[in-house]
Amino acid sequence: MIGLVHYLVVSAILFTMGVLGIFANRKNLIVILMAIELILLAVNLNLVAFSAYLHDLVGQVFAMFVLTVAAGEAAIGLAILVIYFRGRGSISVDDVNRMKG
Amino acid sequence: MIQAIAFYLFAIVVLVSAAMTISSRNPVHSVLWLILAFFNAAGLMVLVGAEFIAMLLVIVYVGAVAVLFLFVVMMLDIDFTELRAGFVRYFWIGFALALALVSEIIIAVKAWSVGGIDIANRVAPVNPDVPNIQAIGHLLYTRYLFVFEGAGLVLLVAMIGAIVLTMRHRPDARKQRIHAQVSRRAKDAIRKVDAPVGQGVEL
Repeated sequence: MIGLVHYLVVSAILFTMGVLGIFANRKNLIVILMAIELILLAVNLNLVAFSAYLHDLVGQVFAMFVLTVAAGEAAIGLAILVIYFRGRGSISVDDVNRMKG
Repeated sequence: MIQAIAFYLFAIVVLVSAAMTISSRNPVHSVLWLILAFFNAAGLMVLVGAEFIAMLLVIVYVGAVAVLFLFVVMMLDIDFTELRAGFVRYFWIGFALALALVSEIIIAVKAWSVGGIDIANRVAPVNPDVPNIQAIGHLLYTRYLFVFEGAGLVLLVAMIGAIVLTMRHRPDARKQRIHAQVSRRAKDAIRKVDAPVGQGVEL
């Protein structure tokens, strides 16, 4: 069986790529949402790996709850994106500070 | 041996597709790379014996979330070339920070040891005779029943929120008014006029 550290390193790199995606795509809100999904995927991978190597199922149950929150977050985030685009005609993050909300 | 090959294959593909997700020019391509990343992460989860979460990942992410992303990307009419402005400038700042972050995490992982965890005190030990999905179902409907219902509530609130946010009332749109149609009677709609010969009728 592959060691636990291998899984942790893979999910650490995946997490960091999500963070890098948030930094690099400052204009494109859709790719930022996708980068957040990558971060949550890395967290899920960590939870499942620990669950498998400690022989405890609770990690997998928690991964399911993380999945639930990720799905809800994607739905709400895209809904906000759609109404933001409808009002302004762009999805640039730089314009968000003009929302006065 | 085959496990090691499968692990490295899945790991490399998931990392490459994650890199392509955040760096590709066209957001449609980004979504497709994201789908590939989810499939390979599900493969990684199958390798450690978490079949249920792996299948759930494929169904929920590829079947629902990725399609939602694809739908929004294609629905919005955006000039994607101008969205790339400043990518290179921000990329190198972000790359330096990401390099620091990943090296910190890897150093922490290497320095970590099982020390304090009491293996005998597991909450739900894995029984090798019970299939993974049956064990998770049993756990979910007994110990985590209320948390599970809370998760359902989160999804309900997310659904209502998405509908409320994106619904708009347009005053110029012609909508069907069912009560007006049903309560319409002949005497409201028909008028008998005695038309004189040679003259028109004013309506």
